[in-house]
Formats: sequence, structure tokens, C-alpha cells
Amino acid sequence: MVKELLLIAFAAIITENFIFSRFLGICPFLGVSEKPSTAMGMGFAVMFVMTIASALTWLVYKFILVPSGLEYIKTIAFILIIAALVQIIEMFLKKFIPALYQALGIYLPLITTNCAVLGAALLNIQNGFNFGESVVFGFAAAIGFTVALLIFAGVRERLKFATPPNAFKGLPLLLVSAGLIAMAFSGFSGISL
Amino acid sequence: MSKEKTSIKKIFTDGLFDKNPILVQLLGTCATLAVTTSVSNGLAMGLSTTAVLVCSNLFISLLRNFIPKEVRIASYIVVISGFVTAIELLIKAFLPEINKSLGVFIPLIVVNCIILSRAESFASKNKPFLAMLDGVAMGAGFTMALVVVSAIREFLGSGTFLGVRVTPVSFEPALIFIMSAGAFFTLAFVIAGMNKIMDSVKKKAEKKEVK
Repeated sequence: MVKELLLIAFAAIITENFIFSRFLGICPFLGVSEKPSTAMGMGFAVMFVMTIASALTWLVYKFILVPSGLEYIKTIAFILIIAALVQIIEMFLKKFIPALYQALGIYLPLITTNCAVLGAALLNIQNGFNFGESVVFGFAAAIGFTVALLIFAGVRERLKFATPPNAFKGLPLLLVSAGLIAMAFSGFSGISL
Repeated sequence: MSKEKTSIKKIFTDGLFDKNPILVQLLGTCATLAVTTSVSNGLAMGLSTTAVLVCSNLFISLLRNFIPKEVRIASYIVVISGFVTAIELLIKAFLPEINKSLGVFIPLIVVNCIILSRAESFASKNKPFLAMLDGVAMGAGFTMALVVVSAIREFLGSGTFLGVRVTPVSFEPALIFIMSAGAFFTLAFVIAGMNKIMDSVKKKAEKKEVK
């Protein structure tokens, strides 16, 4: 049991990293990775939301959608759950843990349209995970996301001093760097589980 | 948006070139990187996104006077996810092969930022007919970019085009182009190429004005 959970976590963080091998959450990855501090903030916010969202969507799917034969509306149901969840978490933090709200506040609304969160919820169902596995998968995938974000933020600090050809300025340069990191990550794919 | 009348021609040049969703606005990069391993996947993704975009633009434009401002984003998401579910079911029923290769990325069209951004910035302010045209134009721009990226990746990565072998047997396909790193590289070079072309077009136009 524990071994299986560890395997799921390892795969989600390293071999099937959400950013570098599944391409989920690329928009925030390119958007908020300018500084390590913002990357960290976004990473924590995603960890928080993704873990709770994985648990909640799994429960709703299993105990509401399946018994009533409504599996096919899971996309609509999940996106609404995630949007509501983000809103509730935001209000809760504002009221009870203002320090954390100050740190994560600006990142929370962005998470609703982060495809990594919806992706994790859908993958849990698609892979036929049970409740424990879903929660671990959601949490581990968010850790993988944060690791990718931090590595990339570090690389981007160096890129400020680079002098690329004009056509490569801005996004193309970032994509090439991301590709190089992805190459490093694909080295892990030899580890079969 | 300025008050000038939005002409049909402008909608199309915007969608295909000036505001191309992938190459200029950089929206929907997740889908772009993930599904462009072969031309047929890229084309299928582009067409399904276009279908959703046209339907959601039309509906949101029809409803634009009824949706209260405060809950507009939530309402857009409901409209969009409704259409995505419809497309998902259609693809599952009639194109099981495509469903298998695109997998989780079909439901993820919901969070493709292109659709929400067109709903917010165009459909909610324009008449239904123009909104529909905008959906067609943006969808065409998206599909075009996907096909270009996936054609390069399929050619270099597996030596085929639409599944048909086009290279001599002696050509050893560079596997890296189908892998994730190749996705980043190819998109980077396509965007850089686009920047280069746009730049030279601009310079030519300036020269003409000087003359």
C-alpha cells in the first residue's frame, strides 16, 4: 500500500512531471517564474488547491455523479468545484490566516484557469485511482509543478544577462531553456516502475 | 476596444496573423505543446477547439445583455464547459482513435485561455454574427499554428506526414522531436521565425512610406 503510494508520488514528481512531460500548467509556468520568490508563492498556492481539489472532485465523482449516472458531465462539475473551492479558500484565508493570504492572495484567482488542477482531477478518474491515491497524486503533482517552477525561475534569473538574436528575444528564448530542462527530465524516463 | 467599426477583414487578419492566439498572444500553450506530435492530432485539436470557440462566442454574444457583470466569468465557464462536453462526447462516439491519442486534453479545452479570453474581450461586446466570425478566425489561426508545429515535429521526429512516410529509408528520424523537449524547441523556433517575418514586413512597410 505504502509502496504503491510512493511509486505514484515518484512518478508524478519526476518521471511524469506535470510541466516537462505532461505539459499541464504551462501558462503559469511561463507567467510567474520571473523570480524564485513568486515561483515559491505560486507553488504553495497550487499545492494547497490541488490536494484539496483532488480529494473533493474524487468524492463528488464517486458519491454523486456515478450513482446518478451523470459521469459525462464531470468536466463541468469539476471546473465548477475548482472555481468554488478557490473562492472559498480565498475567503477563508482572508478571514482566519491573513499572513498566508498576504503571501498567496494574488496567485489564488489565477489557479482556477490553471489546467494542471483540472488535469489532475481528470487524470485521477481516468487512472481509476482510489481516494488515497488521488490525494497523493494531486499533492505530488503539485510538488513536481513547484520543483519545475523553482528550477526555471533560477534559470530565468541568468537569462536576463543573455543577448539572444532579436527574433529570439522574449518567449522563444524561454521555450528553448524550458526545452533544455525537459531534456534533463527525460533522462529519468529510463527508470521504469 | 476602440469605437471604430470592426471590419470583417480585420477580424480575419487579426485571428490569423496580427493577434494569432499561439504565435503572438501565447495563449493555449499547454495544448500546443502536448498534442502536436503528429499532424492528425494537431489538426483534430485545432478543429475541436475551433468548434467550441465558434459555439461559445455565438452563445455568449447572444447572452451578452442578460449576464450580470459580477458573475460573467463563471457564466462563461459554464457555457464553455457545456460545449466542450458536447464535443468530447461526439469525438468519443465517432472518432475513438482521436479520443485515444488526445486523451485528457479534450476536456482540458475548457481551461484553454484562448476561449475565455475571446469571450471576455470580443464576444461580450459584439453582435452575434461578428462574434461567430471572430471564433472562426481565431480558431483558424490556432489550427494553422498547431498544424505548422506538428508538421515540423512529425517530419523530423518520425519522418512522416499525416502518417505517410515521406523521407527515404536512410533518414534516421530524430526521436527528440516527438519527445517533450522537442515540443519546446519547435515552438520556440516557429515563434522566432514568425517574429523575423513580421519584423521584415514592418520594415518594408516603413520603407514604402519613406519613398
